[in-house]
Amino acid sequence: MTLLAENVAGAGGVEPETPQRRGRRGRRGAGAWRYAVLAVLGLYFLVPIAASVWFTVRDRGRGGFSGRVYAGIPGAEGFAEAFTRSLALGALTVVLVLLLMVPTVVLVELRLPRLRTTVELLTLMPLVLPPIALVVGVRSVLAWAPEHFYGTALAEAFFALQEPALPWILVFVYVVLALPFVYRALDAGVRGAGLRTLTEAARNLGASWPRVLVSVVLPALRTSVLNASFLTLALVLGEYTIAAILGFETFPTWIVRISGSQPQLSVAVSVLSLVVTWVLLLMISALDRRRGTKESS
Amino acid sequence: MLVVLGALPFLLYIAVFLVLPIGVLAVEAFRATDPVTFEETWSTASVEAITDGAYRRAYVGSLQLSLITAVIGAALGLALAIAVLRARRGRLLRRLVLTASGVLANFGGIPLAFAFIATIGGNAGVVTALLTDTLGLGLGGFSLYSMTGLALVYLYFLIPLMVLTIIPALEALRPQWREAADNLGATGWQYWRYVGGPVLLPPVLGATMLLFASAFAAYATARALVGSSIPLVTLQIADALSSNVVVGSENVGKALALGMVVLIGLVMVFYAWVQRRTQRWLT
Repeated sequence: MTLLAENVAGAGGVEPETPQRRGRRGRRGAGAWRYAVLAVLGLYFLVPIAASVWFTVRDRGRGGFSGRVYAGIPGAEGFAEAFTRSLALGALTVVLVLLLMVPTVVLVELRLPRLRTTVELLTLMPLVLPPIALVVGVRSVLAWAPEHFYGTALAEAFFALQEPALPWILVFVYVVLALPFVYRALDAGVRGAGLRTLTEAARNLGASWPRVLVSVVLPALRTSVLNASFLTLALVLGEYTIAAILGFETFPTWIVRISGSQPQLSVAVSVLSLVVTWVLLLMISALDRRRGTKESS
Repeated sequence: MLVVLGALPFLLYIAVFLVLPIGVLAVEAFRATDPVTFEETWSTASVEAITDGAYRRAYVGSLQLSLITAVIGAALGLALAIAVLRARRGRLLRRLVLTASGVLANFGGIPLAFAFIATIGGNAGVVTALLTDTLGLGLGGFSLYSMTGLALVYLYFLIPLMVLTIIPALEALRPQWREAADNLGATGWQYWRYVGGPVLLPPVLGATMLLFASAFAAYATARALVGSSIPLVTLQIADALSSNVVVGSENVGKALALGMVVLIGLVMVFYAWVQRRTQRWLT
């Protein structure tokens, strides 16, 4: 389990880069297989993307190309509603997961190191636990409201969680799914920032704990917080299983619903969402690196 | 010990939103609803039902698909990770591959399925059309909507997942070990056989297990591609839950989900055992 814990940081893809090791150039011909691997896998990864773009810009009626499908995305039936809902769910999930995890990670680092392994293991569980099993369990719990608590305040609360316009239950489950990414991002930040020294200094200078948290801890963690927030948001925007099984319409379930009648639109939205996520991740990774080099020089 | 209270929100959250649902799953899989009176009783009917017939085929199908794709994905991902790390002037390439891997491994799901449908799904697929119209070739009986097709699509997120999880381990291989081996006159093969291989084995096994879990749990991609015609547990669970006709199918869904948790648990135990035995150099 420790190994998984070490490596999950990479799952977001925004790892600080370590200096690259010099390859040994001495042996002749040793590099040929690398180019073969890069070429074959490059083809495998690029062809579907390229084909998707081709599929969406090709005008089948008249021949030639057009950006009509992409231009039609904002006005597509149901798109605005589903996308806004997913964005709102994403924002709520980010806020909730940060409220839950920032104090926990900081507390474990500074005052409760004995809990570290427990917290680490618990946050990694969602990584191997099938989301569909989790959501079947959640569905069973939600079914208690009409079956056992009918007419009580608790049932009302359960029903409120499942409001189709803004299903809070999704937020609560997404927080669980985001835990592995968020914990690893924050933990890396906490370790990298030398938080213990910083907080001790602040305490010695007379700062109160809330003040330490706001003026020392959060600024020191801002890249990790940014990282964690972005990964969570991307997770929510792409999550299909939970929303589909619980029967809510979010951005991904909308794509699947329209795919039958408007295949070009569904592919266009898919390609767009992949590319936008990638570009945002590249930007965060570049940001990370710039800050890193500035501070180390 | 007031400090311990600080960890309470987190522990409570895990208890309510992770442990409780799984616990309920474990209990309710052993409940049955009488089709006539709607009385609930204890019963092992659902659990027995999932060990046979179509459900058993679904488990076998899921396990086979996950195992095959995890092993292929691990091998190709390892090769890609090594190739990317060693590439000359590989800074940009590295960052492109790492971030792309992050997107594809974690947030792909639905988009991947549709990208593949656009590429080789049926006659409208761009590559299919290219092969048949221009070159006069077909895909040779290959169908995207089959186990092989699913495996091809799964690799599209499993290879990136392997790259992400194995790169930290590759970076932890000390160059000094290679230099020492070279100085002692070892060949490249000997280095990998006696030094690099044994050191990398635990992380590679760990990553393969993660790939296995990821393929086993995959639902979105399969759902968008094939509906429920292919025997996969996740598809069967969704089917069982959405069936309003058969009374008690809800419980079968719970039993199927519990079966997945148990299987993943077994794999984790096995993995922990292997790790304890092999992990020495990289911590």
